[in-house]
Amino acid sequence: MNAVAEPRKNVMAAEAGGKMRVIADYKGGRSSSSSSKRSCESRAAQGDLPSGIWDKIKNHPCYSEEAHHHYARMHVAVAPACNIQCNYCNRKYDCANESRPGVVSEKLTPEQAARKVAAVATSIPRLSVLGIAGPGDSMANPKKTFKTFELVATVAPDIKLCLSTNGLDLPDHVDTISRCKIDHVTITINMIDPEIGARIYPWIFFNHRRYTGIEAARILTNRQLQGLEMLTNRGILCKINSVMIPGINDQHLVEVNRAVKSRGAFLHNIMPLISAPEHGTAFGLNGQRGPTAQELKALQDACEGQINMMRHCRQCRADAIGLLGDDRRAEFTTEKIMAMDVEYDLKARRAYHAKVEDEREAQIAARQEELAKIAGEMDEIRLLAAVATKGSGLINEHFGHAKEFQIYELSTLGVKFVGHRRVDLYCQGGYAENDRLASIIRAINDCHAVFVAKIGSCPKLNLTNAGIEPVEKHAHEFIEKAAIAWFRSYLDRVKSGEIQHVQRGDAAIRQGPLISAA
Amino acid sequence: MPFKIISAQCTSCSACESLCPNVAISEKAGSFIIEAKRCTECIGYFDEPQCAAVCPVEGTCVIDTSLPRYQGPI
Repeated sequence: MNAVAEPRKNVMAAEAGGKMRVIADYKGGRSSSSSSKRSCESRAAQGDLPSGIWDKIKNHPCYSEEAHHHYARMHVAVAPACNIQCNYCNRKYDCANESRPGVVSEKLTPEQAARKVAAVATSIPRLSVLGIAGPGDSMANPKKTFKTFELVATVAPDIKLCLSTNGLDLPDHVDTISRCKIDHVTITINMIDPEIGARIYPWIFFNHRRYTGIEAARILTNRQLQGLEMLTNRGILCKINSVMIPGINDQHLVEVNRAVKSRGAFLHNIMPLISAPEHGTAFGLNGQRGPTAQELKALQDACEGQINMMRHCRQCRADAIGLLGDDRRAEFTTEKIMAMDVEYDLKARRAYHAKVEDEREAQIAARQEELAKIAGEMDEIRLLAAVATKGSGLINEHFGHAKEFQIYELSTLGVKFVGHRRVDLYCQGGYAENDRLASIIRAINDCHAVFVAKIGSCPKLNLTNAGIEPVEKHAHEFIEKAAIAWFRSYLDRVKSGEIQHVQRGDAAIRQGPLISAA
Repeated sequence: MPFKIISAQCTSCSACESLCPNVAISEKAGSFIIEAKRCTECIGYFDEPQCAAVCPVEGTCVIDTSLPRYQGPI
């Protein structure tokens, strides 16, 4: 049992110090507002995390919210087979503009995958992580999955390896995962109650036969929890993905959260169900809706406390490449990578990463400085702001070019990343379309402000009329520093009576594919 | 009767391929096919035909009624 307790203890120790800015920014801020704690929290990102864990996550864009501004990941689609059927998945689907799990344009052999990793790591030095996430289940394709990891470890030894799985076959492969030095495993766990599971999974394929209903869900949940415990026993960091399905498992996910936490999970990612009818999934076809932005945030907030909640997940394709939210996979088709001249330069990559770390340090210092100015202020006002960014933690995207907005919660306690909203480009071929503007406003309708590098006069007026303040003043500044500075001026304006603080409404989470290719 | 795969519906996920005890399944032109002569409907190996049990698209991996039943050893 000692081995079980070890990784969990580490997480707890980190939480006790309230230094989990790395993943869930400003964790614990609600329970304490003393300035000494605040200055502690805003210190360099490691906080109280044990060095072993910090080394594993510091440049992992999926395991660290802060790292996701700076480092890129890629998935290779070597694992097309699956062993369970989910009502939110449709295996026939492949849309170029869609960003969700299970969708890919081409399958790769392990050899092609290794070449692709080397090519991408050379072209995008920010790349730090390779994941295998399907399009089926990585553990239902163990030969292809592990062969790929083996080859990648040889050609690109500095790339971190991770995998995603539904967990059904996981217990059979834990030893191999450990041997392949895979430090990060994501398990999708949507329920621990088989009655609820039966509404999510029509069937599973296990021990050479198909199981359905409650029996299937019972086997699945037992195997998932067993696999999770086996991994955390070995010190492997585990992230749990849960799909929030209103009316089916939304309330239940609080219990799932407790169950995975008690088995040593490091991070919990509650994602909204994607169920547009045109995706052809069982849920999409029977009208099962996804959650609203407010419902999702309320559940994430309810689960936050003793485990880190992931808020920056983009529910990306099984062949995504690049920074989260900026997919560059079109540059790396099999045809293109076969024609590329790839020379893996480990030294150059290390030098680049050192530069990225300098960038991060500067950002942390800027945030600290701005936070100090708000220290001691107490105000009940808590609001959301949207940010147009293309990475590096800067406000560096034009409103019309933004494919998503990152959402931050601002209060006198500081600034906390709470999610992102995908949108269709407002500006397409030089023309802006008004119905797209309306859909962008719906996507950030719960925000009081939107920070941009630049914005045209027409969308500016429309946003203002909708009650969202467009802010250009902080173009190309660090997001958090700028957000705190703007929030201070907002509070001043409220105090002076210049403006009145009002609550905003809910926002819509986008369901359909993107209308425009970037 | 052997199993067959309706190629228009096959997603080419490969789940069936490695499960076939007769090595009767292979990929051809973007779809998987079952070599009828080798298919034993998994009789003698498993309680259920593996390809049909794991196939994610209903009605895609089905009995080929135009061919006779498996006559080999059980």
